[in-house]
Amino acid sequence: MSRSTKKGPFVADYILKKVNELNAKRSKAPIKTWSRSTTIIPDFVGHTFEVHNGKEFKRVFVTEDMVGHKLGEFSFTRQFKGHTMVKKEEPAAAPTK
Amino acid sequence: MPRIAGIDIPLEKQIRISLRYIFGIGPVNAMDILREANIDPNKKSNALNEDEVGRIVNIIDRAYVVEGALRRQIQQNVQRLKDIGSYRGSRHRRNLPVRGQRTRSNARTRKGPRKTVAGKKGVKELGG
Repeated sequence: MSRSTKKGPFVADYILKKVNELNAKRSKAPIKTWSRSTTIIPDFVGHTFEVHNGKEFKRVFVTEDMVGHKLGEFSFTRQFKGHTMVKKEEPAAAPTK
Repeated sequence: MPRIAGIDIPLEKQIRISLRYIFGIGPVNAMDILREANIDPNKKSNALNEDEVGRIVNIIDRAYVVEGALRRQIQQNVQRLKDIGSYRGSRHRRNLPVRGQRTRSNARTRKGPRKTVAGKKGVKELGG
């Protein structure tokens, strides 16, 4: 079920504060965060986040297309272990990013 | 035989059924279109006159995304997920289920036919 529109998108308060500060200073310093559930709002575009994946911080540069997604969607929590040795794997067995 | 939405030539069936041969038009959309065009949905499609066909074509052109345009739109949405480097995009790229389903078993729709790996334990019990 999707979230009630009344509440608006979820954004962790401290991130919002920080982004506003950075925007006021016209600075693009990366923001370290554990808040993977924060929705990316238009104000975030152009900023860099360091999103925790449970182990380390993954760098996420926010582009316009990412608006509406969550920060966690760009910081994978699992490592893809492929089967590169097999000659004919799934056609889309792209290398891990 | 009426031609609607480019190349689709629905058969000698009731028009509400034959409209569904167009990619992007299902039961509900078909009924909506016919209600707007004021055509009896149970009429056979080869019994439609020019004017009625014209009305249907008009409505589809105006308000519905079908066939090639729809396919392109879907492709673009998937491509967007891939381009922004999202988790869902990575699932599309690997042809695995996108919405959090289990992949230890099942997920055959996305993964395709089983690829038996020699020497992997459990193969005999599963019967390959």
